[in-house]
Amino acid sequence: MPDRPMIEIASVTRTYGKFNALDDASLSIRPGEFFSLLGPSGCGKTTLLRMIGGFDTPTSGTITIDGQPMLGIPANRRPTNMVFQSYAIFPHLDVEQNVAYGLKRLRLDPAEERRRIDEALAQVSLAGFGKRRATELSGGQRQRVALARALVMRPKVLLLDEPLSALDKKLREQMQVELRTLQKAVGITFVLVTHDQYEALAMSDRIAVMFGGRIAQVAAPKDIYQRPVNRQVADFLGGMNFIQAALVGENGTAIEVETMGFGRVTTPKPAQWSGKGGAVTIGIRPERLRVLWDQETARHELSGTVVDRHYFGEITHLVVAIPGMDAPLSVTETNDFGADDIPVGAQIRIAYEPDALVAMAD
Amino acid sequence: MTVAIGRRPATPARPGLLRTEQRQGLALMSPTFLFALVMLAAPILVVIAHSFWTQTYLTIDRTFTLDNYRIALTEPIYRDLLMRSLILSMSVAFLTVLLAYPVAYYISFHGGRYKSLLLFLITIPAWTSYLLRVMSWKVILGYNGVLNTALLGTGIIDEPSTAFLYNTNAVLITLTHAWAVFAILPIYVSLEKVDRTLIEAASDLGDGPIRRFLRVTLPLTVPGIIAALIIVMIPTVGDYVTPRLVGGKDGVMIASAIEVQFKRGANWPLGAALSVTTMIVITVVAVSCVGLLRWAAGRIR
Repeated sequence: MPDRPMIEIASVTRTYGKFNALDDASLSIRPGEFFSLLGPSGCGKTTLLRMIGGFDTPTSGTITIDGQPMLGIPANRRPTNMVFQSYAIFPHLDVEQNVAYGLKRLRLDPAEERRRIDEALAQVSLAGFGKRRATELSGGQRQRVALARALVMRPKVLLLDEPLSALDKKLREQMQVELRTLQKAVGITFVLVTHDQYEALAMSDRIAVMFGGRIAQVAAPKDIYQRPVNRQVADFLGGMNFIQAALVGENGTAIEVETMGFGRVTTPKPAQWSGKGGAVTIGIRPERLRVLWDQETARHELSGTVVDRHYFGEITHLVVAIPGMDAPLSVTETNDFGADDIPVGAQIRIAYEPDALVAMAD
Repeated sequence: MTVAIGRRPATPARPGLLRTEQRQGLALMSPTFLFALVMLAAPILVVIAHSFWTQTYLTIDRTFTLDNYRIALTEPIYRDLLMRSLILSMSVAFLTVLLAYPVAYYISFHGGRYKSLLLFLITIPAWTSYLLRVMSWKVILGYNGVLNTALLGTGIIDEPSTAFLYNTNAVLITLTHAWAVFAILPIYVSLEKVDRTLIEAASDLGDGPIRRFLRVTLPLTVPGIIAALIIVMIPTVGDYVTPRLVGGKDGVMIASAIEVQFKRGANWPLGAALSVTTMIVITVVAVSCVGLLRWAAGRIR
């Protein structure tokens, strides 16, 4: 059954006293998928991951892994392995013994065990580090050991709890690429917990965005970035201009709204559209707004005054006041045409595509 | 008149000895340190010196001799007493650690918010005098004691047993109880230092509760176990009060023999030689125990 989900989370709730760490979460993760749980700290993503791994028990609801209900099955008998945030490398063992830790119990033939250890160490580019003690490793190397130690078990699901958060920026970006490549190579389902939206966008097949114990949206990175269901999701994934609009008409899949500045716009209905009330929030990402130079024209354009600017090296953020709009628009422009030379006070024209405008549920 | 601006008056130079922080630290602790050094080293030096001299009735002949050591090492009574003391103190140490570990484990892993309270409760027996605690064991283990009465009452034995008091077991029980606190505390500290995620990692990798205890928790707490063993073993070898009060004839240990030489026997040099021998032997035994444990811990994979 290729269509059977690898992990099925059905109405899982976890309460600590009066606090709802996770509130009626349902989720389905496909085999071989790189799935991310994204959200701010305290949103319940780690709680959910720990419940999949067997380190915490749902107050209600069920978790099924590869068709097998996980109720009452302890962590040591689940087909999952975890890369812990602190890596949890055994300090009294060397690299090889750490990697071999879980294999010992399987009582493999020594040659087979040797082969699997070497293979796992090679997969994480740690060949030749076998005899190093855990205390002699750098943060990046410890992370690789943790990864090898889990992969060597050939789990159905690999759980990663903020594995890159302790690394510096450069190493983190390198590991993002490596993790993604590794996941494609081994074909194991990866479930990653992160609070870093770029990490989630760069690595995942699909992302679940969580807030306050609830899953707000589950979608592919591009969809979640471009078509967030609500303001909270939009905001968490990056800069977004929010524009107040009034509902004019709607049909089965689309709504028509009257906006300040952008005029009358037709856009797909948001996923959690309640249909109540006449006020709608429309959003557009700052990089979907483009500065028009000199005589250049566009089918859809706005004009306004630069009121503030922020320089970020390869890009510049311009804050542009548009007559008739109550809040200024953020515009992100790459600096290859000299956007960094636009002074505050300049009159500029900006272009946009109407399909970049997205309606949100709240 | 000119006013210097922005320049602080020079601070008076400190005496050279106190210039660096390290030196200040040394200066700060030196009175205590010197006191401790003198009070520790002086008696030991006196004992070592005596062990090479000879007692001639009331005076001491200060010519160098190894005779005392020859007697201490070859005389069967001293060899036996030393062996017995060693075996007893090792038994006490191992038994204490064996009993202390579960207590420390419980407090550390399941104590929750009552950890401090539980630790505090454990120290309570140590508030009363050591002598009183030994005496209470006499009350418990005696012919008409608590234990015999209880066993009679439940019908397990028909007449009071004399097997509990005035023998090696009584010494073992009393010492184990007396030193329990000193074993629980270092083991507790080492258990507290075990990163709980490591235990989760072990279970993630397939280990059940017993295996993860043996493969992770136990090896990581070896330093605490070693500390507990040494803390208990070393002082109990030379214990004098307990064997004297509850040990009877079988429970006599080397300390009693040393006491006899210094008092009734009036042979300080022999007493000194026995003391030094005991110190050396216990050092060797303690060091080998540590080595053995480290080796054993290193074998756990």
